[in-house]
Amino acid sequence: MMRDAADTVTPGFQVDDPVALQQGFGQLLKQNRLAMIGLAVFVVFFCIALLGLGLTSGRNPTFDPSVVRLQEKLRPPLSKPNLETLSTEDVPRLGVYLFGTDDLGRDVFARMLQGAWVSLTVGFVAVGISVFIGIFMGGIAGYFGQRHTFIDTLIMRFVDIMLCFPSFFLILTVVALLPASMYNIMIIIGLTSWMGTTRFVRAEFLSLREQDFVTAARALGVSNFRIIFRHMIPNAIAPVLVSATIGIASAILTEAGLSFLGFGVPPPHATWGGILSDGKRFIFDAPWLTFAPGFAILIVVLSFNLFGEGLRDILNPKLRERQG
Amino acid sequence: MRFVHSTTRPSRKREDTVLSFIGRSVIQKTITLFFVSIVSFLIIHLAPGEPSQVDPLNPKFTPEMVERFRKEFHLDEPLHIQYTYFYRDLLTGKTVSWKDNQSVLGKIWERFLNSLPLFIVGTIITWTLSFPVGIRSAIFRGGLYDRNATFFSYLLISIPGFFFAYILIIFVVTQFHVPVIGLKTFGIGDAAWPRLFMDRVWHLLLPSILGATGGIAILSRYVRSQMLEVEGQDYVRTARAKGVPEEQVHYKHALRNALLPFVTMFGLILPGLIGGSVIIESIFSWPGMGRMAFEAILARDYPVILTVNFISAVLVLAGTFVSDLLYLVVDPRIRL
Repeated sequence: MMRDAADTVTPGFQVDDPVALQQGFGQLLKQNRLAMIGLAVFVVFFCIALLGLGLTSGRNPTFDPSVVRLQEKLRPPLSKPNLETLSTEDVPRLGVYLFGTDDLGRDVFARMLQGAWVSLTVGFVAVGISVFIGIFMGGIAGYFGQRHTFIDTLIMRFVDIMLCFPSFFLILTVVALLPASMYNIMIIIGLTSWMGTTRFVRAEFLSLREQDFVTAARALGVSNFRIIFRHMIPNAIAPVLVSATIGIASAILTEAGLSFLGFGVPPPHATWGGILSDGKRFIFDAPWLTFAPGFAILIVVLSFNLFGEGLRDILNPKLRERQG
Repeated sequence: MRFVHSTTRPSRKREDTVLSFIGRSVIQKTITLFFVSIVSFLIIHLAPGEPSQVDPLNPKFTPEMVERFRKEFHLDEPLHIQYTYFYRDLLTGKTVSWKDNQSVLGKIWERFLNSLPLFIVGTIITWTLSFPVGIRSAIFRGGLYDRNATFFSYLLISIPGFFFAYILIIFVVTQFHVPVIGLKTFGIGDAAWPRLFMDRVWHLLLPSILGATGGIAILSRYVRSQMLEVEGQDYVRTARAKGVPEEQVHYKHALRNALLPFVTMFGLILPGLIGGSVIIESIFSWPGMGRMAFEAILARDYPVILTVNFISAVLVLAGTFVSDLLYLVVDPRIRL
């Protein structure tokens, strides 16, 4: 709730001069150290997740996250496998359990690799859905709202209704009622988080539609559809990007929370929240089962938050003037 | 609290507009609530599966039992009839849980009393920590303290609650050797009262801190930005120019005006009353609202789920209403 409040007070963005913005953008990003770190971590995470998908899937994966070695239960990180008791194909590829093993003797490193892709896709697809709905609804409400008050009222009342639901509880309810699958989770997170985007896209459109370039386009007989998508959305995209970046962070957190409660991607597929949840019975004996996925989630979410906030500062014209 | 700009005596006209504002919002919020009730009802009933199918392997669940169950709870009626039955029962306080046939409102009240201490302690921690941190950050903007506070607030927003919970549990249990799971230590029954008291405090502390983390991070950033905005105003510069000591500029001129938006936040914390985090209460085996809701979801106990949803929607709407109203009261510049 408080997060919503903080989001709505964000001052509006305006792109006065796109060329200057693009030139200054890289420079400002370099000056903002935290944002740069966030971006770097994000790129690394993206590569790891892609790599993880390649290395852990297929018939004969390089890192097999599902090999059960009951004789190698709860080995601490960096411990060497006992080669005498393991058959050759069960020996971990690196020759060492980088993050240890869990209570079934599965390699936590391989499981973490597999889980990275889940976090990444859930984050991006869920936010993609919510941004799409948000731009669409906000665009319609903002562009046609003045002439057809009915549409505007309808959409904004619907936003109010959706905001009344306690979001995590709603997501949990629907996820628990539907059959467990990754796609359901993405779609549900996306369908329950578009309200903020709708609100500020509408606000942005209300001010944009009064500007000369829109009037000019209309006078030239450009169709409404083209005005919205070709002329107005590119000018309203800055705040959407910021909120999308931060939205990815919170979607990853939500997914981890669902997995932790046992409503995530169904087993045997590993997720970070799931690894942590399985390891919670051994927090004193095998703390690496808590710390490896916990820190992974923390670092990834933190990088998205830092990058998003950095973007907000960079795209905020008030700050740009002060620095320039 | 006294604010710097003077309050004009409310005129007759303003009173009328306030009344009409109240009337309009009440009507609007009732309509919203009505639609919320429909939407939540539809979401739950259109999802695949039925409560009668929860335990198909249970030999006690014969087809006759299922049939009786469906009849008892009107599950064989069309949806709109079910809807009227459900909300008629809810508004007259007669809703019963499908799981144990107990009054839903009674169950919620009992769990609410368990969650209330967490909410109160969490809110107190949030508000007493956020303000000093935010104000200090704003005064020393760009300094070491500010940068550290900024980083820590991002850290607190980003850390998954369940991970933080286990870090705290490991830390407290290994360092202080106190049990922290549950409402109180099992079997502590007849210990001396100081021990009982300390036991309750330890059990209360961790879940409250966890409930407060996100709030601290967000609220302290918000305090900082409000404070910075006010510090840039002309009257603060004037105060500084006429030689008012720095301390007084910060706390008397700037802070008092920066506090204005926070008065409205008292309304926005209302929904937290019924929130009760599902994850944190599960970890700490805390028999509060969140856990009850979670158990209801697992058991497909629709009346409990819908009632929790309905009450929380009421609280959200009441919260925004109170905050609008408070804004109106503290800031006479607001036009209706």
